[in-house]
Amino acid sequence: MAGLEDLYKEIVLDHYRSPRNRGELESPPAKHAEGFNPLCGDEVHVYVQVDDGVVSDVAIAGQGCSISQASASMMSAAIKGKSVDEVDELTTAVKAMMSIHEQSLDDDDDSGVLPDPPDVELGDLEALKGVVQFPVRIKCATLGWNTLSEALST
Amino acid sequence: MSTGNDGELDVTAVRADFPIFDGPVNDRDLIYLDSSGTSQKPRQVLEAMDAFYIEANANVHRGAYYLSDQASRRMEKARTKVARFIGAGDADEIVFTKNATEALNLLAQSWGRANLSAGDAVVLSVIEHHANIVPWQMLAAERGIELRFLPLGAGGHLDLTELDRFLDGAKLVSITAMSNVLGTLPPIPRIVEAAHSAGALVAIDACQYVPHLPTRIDDLDVDFMAFSGHKMCGPTGVGVLWARKELLEAMPPFLGGGGMIANVTTEGFTTAPVPHKFEAGTPPIAEIIGLGAAVDYLESLGMDAIRRHEVELTSYFLRTIKERHGDDVTVHGPSEPAERGGVFSFAYKDVHPHDLSQVLDQHGVSVRAGHHCAKPLMQELGVGATARASLYIYNDESDVDRLVEALDDASDLFSF
Repeated sequence: MAGLEDLYKEIVLDHYRSPRNRGELESPPAKHAEGFNPLCGDEVHVYVQVDDGVVSDVAIAGQGCSISQASASMMSAAIKGKSVDEVDELTTAVKAMMSIHEQSLDDDDDSGVLPDPPDVELGDLEALKGVVQFPVRIKCATLGWNTLSEALST
Repeated sequence: MSTGNDGELDVTAVRADFPIFDGPVNDRDLIYLDSSGTSQKPRQVLEAMDAFYIEANANVHRGAYYLSDQASRRMEKARTKVARFIGAGDADEIVFTKNATEALNLLAQSWGRANLSAGDAVVLSVIEHHANIVPWQMLAAERGIELRFLPLGAGGHLDLTELDRFLDGAKLVSITAMSNVLGTLPPIPRIVEAAHSAGALVAIDACQYVPHLPTRIDDLDVDFMAFSGHKMCGPTGVGVLWARKELLEAMPPFLGGGGMIANVTTEGFTTAPVPHKFEAGTPPIAEIIGLGAAVDYLESLGMDAIRRHEVELTSYFLRTIKERHGDDVTVHGPSEPAERGGVFSFAYKDVHPHDLSQVLDQHGVSVRAGHHCAKPLMQELGVGATARASLYIYNDESDVDRLVEALDDASDLFSF
């Protein structure tokens, strides 16, 4: 049985306690989207300033559980200064980390039914891997990332 | 199973009727505190549904053959039981739907479209479940009707000081009989009296009421009532709209199809008599039979005994959680056990409800976290979500103790 320590890793709780890049950016020029988890009421508002194809600034607002807010905070720290292409790759990698595990939960088969995710250094984001053992929380963890994709596509 | 109307509820005997409590769930004892979400099911209900499929499965009202007749009889017997359970004078006033949400949509789409036009008002309240808000908003967008929301007053009760002003020009009041978030029991007879004087009909969303309190249509004096089967020991997939027969007879059909017609030609159709007029298509036969068994079960325990048990347990919950956690815990809703149902939305320190629910789950304590399909109420309370524990016939003081103890764990993990 998965323990709470797999879900609430110290680095995750640290981001929840002290969220990075908290606030809002003027929009426009910043791209902006608001994501909601209708199941539990989590909200993540993402603001991204893109200059010459690079995320030059990012801000996160909203409210919700530790996983949704920590994941968004970790995301903001990870994407700042990266090119939009790199951000897209990172987003794909994080979502792949969640979805591959989601599909293998029932059959304990970790061989991966999805195509290999991009070979991206996840760094601190690896800490979110524990979330996949708590399937109902995966939507919390991916909320910020889905909202980021939506913001970038505006 | 034991006890009657005058007896005390024997929780140990009740639990023995529910197979889900037989063994560990996810390797833990099950401390089930989400009966407002859905209740557990006693074996009497499961056996009635099994018996239908094993002994009498056929479509209803279809043929003269034995099995179809058996299926029809069992289903209609359940209708009679449900009518008796709520004190309805006539079983034809019981319309089976797939859930209470569909019952309220039926009301809005059938009665609402036939009776409401631009400028008419419908009075709701801010403590409603989305199922009693969104169908009216859909109709309002189409018809230009006005929706008025009775506000929340002090102590988790509705503020009815301006009820008469709200009712001025209203055609319908549609309101919860018990809040699924706060446990609030609005004074339905008082609201009905004022509404009827103002010329408005009254519908109640009784999802949280019918499973927990003795329900007599005559005492409530409402015109429409919606409730679901699965919160009262019945299966999912069946709900009820009750309405006075003359109202049902005057209402246009909701869904069209087989079973709801008297005759069909290429030119058009005529409708079957109520309640069949509102039951298009093959109904959830086994589920309706299961609901019939559920009301038999609840009657065998006695609704008065159930209510007494829940008031006592509510009192214990409110006292115990305060004694142990003091100001670290906020319980929303009325503080007087006799003025509320056993559903408790609460906040604990700054721990987000979703995290709280996760930590409690490690102890087998099953509580719901979220907005409970009542976002306008969440905005009113100034919170995004709450954790919610709710009680029923199989809960006792030990369940409350386990919840109260498990909160310490959340404190350890999230005390920053």
